[in-house]
Amino acid sequence: MRPDTTTTPGAPGTTPGTAQDVIHNIGYRTYDGPRLGRAYARRSLFSQSLRGAYGLGRSARSKVLPMILFGVMCLPAAIIVAVAVTVKMKQLPMEYTRYAIYLQAVIGLYLAAQAPQSVSRDLRFRTVPLYFSRPVERIDYVLAKFAALASALFVLTATPLLVLYVGALLAKMDAGAQTEGFAQGLVSVALLSVLFAGIGLVIAALTPRRGFGVAAVIAVFTISYGAVSTVQGIALGTGHTGVIPWLGLFSPVTLIDGVQTAFLDATTAFPGGEGPGAATGAVYLLVVLAVIAGSYWALMRRYRKAGL
Amino acid sequence: MSVIATESLSKRFPRVTALDRLTVDIAPGVTGLVGANGAGKSTLIKILLGLSPATEGRAEVLGLDVATQGARIREQVGYMPEHDCLPPDVSATEFVVHMARMSGLPPAAARERTADTLRHVGLYEERYRPMGGYSTGMKQRVKLAQALVHDPRLVLLDEPTNGLDPVGRDEMLGLVRRVHTDFGISVLVTSHLLGELERTCDHVVVIDGGRLLRSSSTDEFTQVTGSLAVEVTDTDSHPDGTRALLDALIRAGLTAGPATHAGEQAAPGSGHVLLVDVADESTYDVVRDTVADLGLGLVRMEQRRHRIAEVFRPGTGPYDERGSADAA
Repeated sequence: MRPDTTTTPGAPGTTPGTAQDVIHNIGYRTYDGPRLGRAYARRSLFSQSLRGAYGLGRSARSKVLPMILFGVMCLPAAIIVAVAVTVKMKQLPMEYTRYAIYLQAVIGLYLAAQAPQSVSRDLRFRTVPLYFSRPVERIDYVLAKFAALASALFVLTATPLLVLYVGALLAKMDAGAQTEGFAQGLVSVALLSVLFAGIGLVIAALTPRRGFGVAAVIAVFTISYGAVSTVQGIALGTGHTGVIPWLGLFSPVTLIDGVQTAFLDATTAFPGGEGPGAATGAVYLLVVLAVIAGSYWALMRRYRKAGL
Repeated sequence: MSVIATESLSKRFPRVTALDRLTVDIAPGVTGLVGANGAGKSTLIKILLGLSPATEGRAEVLGLDVATQGARIREQVGYMPEHDCLPPDVSATEFVVHMARMSGLPPAAARERTADTLRHVGLYEERYRPMGGYSTGMKQRVKLAQALVHDPRLVLLDEPTNGLDPVGRDEMLGLVRRVHTDFGISVLVTSHLLGELERTCDHVVVIDGGRLLRSSSTDEFTQVTGSLAVEVTDTDSHPDGTRALLDALIRAGLTAGPATHAGEQAAPGSGHVLLVDVADESTYDVVRDTVADLGLGLVRMEQRRHRIAEVFRPGTGPYDERGSADAA
């Protein structure tokens, strides 16, 4: 079709033959290099999705929201640290485990924006078949997307804890206690990240429309939390304090609150301070693990039909 | 060695039979898979990629069993879907690099092969722009590029000319042809238009309702059904030379008639063209002798390739008899 050598258009004055003016059409070259297979493809998809969750490698516009939310997430930590260092506090004004609970709205917004970004686009633009016609299997796709969003959430929630920790050490607070609190906080947000990522992805994968996905994720998180807190408040007001810990099983945020109250020395945010004890806490932990496993199962099911 | 071989391959869904005991053997080269919408083309591709199990029968792609070696097949095969599959907010380069990595190419190789492949399919500066602004023709080229980027041994192209205008169609078909001739990659290309495959393919497989209607080389198609275009001058003794020749040929026992349909008009300024069915080699001699006997000037005698579509028009071609014979 095309000749082997073509002179670049727009350079008629120059002598053809100078290196810059000639495009050598070297013809088709075969590829004999390595083909790194599934595990490599899965890692590539993971890093691409993780970067994508912060808009890296994407348009400037898609960097705006995640970066703003990341800033908003870290800002209170920075302020706390600044105050703590200035007034020479003996300990931080809040527990590490409490930070994510306070800022749950920011985490919810981030999840609502990034979960659909991660999976709805592939469904909507029907890119999914291109993955499955390659060595990538369904399980690779689901695991990579799940791990990427969970990691993105972990970055979002663990970074402010790191800021708090570094600040606390700079303010010469008790290093042992701070390290313990920081470690408990990290375990808590790690669990939160995996749980939230699972729920967010399942909701987002149900619809190829990004807008619906965003709205649905926000709705599920705020409505469930609002309902649980309200009913817990009523229970406290009417004296049924025994049901308060059990009610917390019905929203993602209160699930994390329950687990960390029972196992991570956290102070609960439940009305009346009625957090679950160790036995109830075990139920919390089981429910969290069941929801994570269920999300994984639902995602695998979702992509069974999305093949071609 | 065959690139694709199926043996009584069947795929039944609860209410429809998508493939019904399909047995084909496809050699390296460009093969057209023709069938109406719903004939089972896409189902066949899914099975060949190892993504959907066959109800019965077996299939091999590049010598690998689709039921057990799907993953190895997908490493060496490229697939271009019929539908849109391009996210509009990324550039062709980013997209194809990502897809190359999904095929297992290391990052540097993925970038290099992407640049090469996009150039081969005819995308230049625009490859850095978001794909949302591409024309249908450019999108089809990107779809083809992502199927070729990992240098597969076989590509499965599902309706690559869909939605293209006539010029775009020709360009795409030329590209498909080049995938084999220049790149050395075997091609299975589907279409519901028989006509556009005859120039592109070495071999055509026709399926209908999941059953094989016919599988033969494009040459064979046109050879068997070949006809001869004859154009003669008028002379004083035969004011209408064409008419006289037609009568004489029919007397000689040949099937002939004036060329009537589009594409068979005589060259500008000449007389009418006769189309003579070629029964065997002797037909040429009979025509030559008849023209000589009548004393007419022979302007041209030309082999005409029937369009594949004509071959399958009921009643005109060997469709009915041969179809069942081949399928058996």
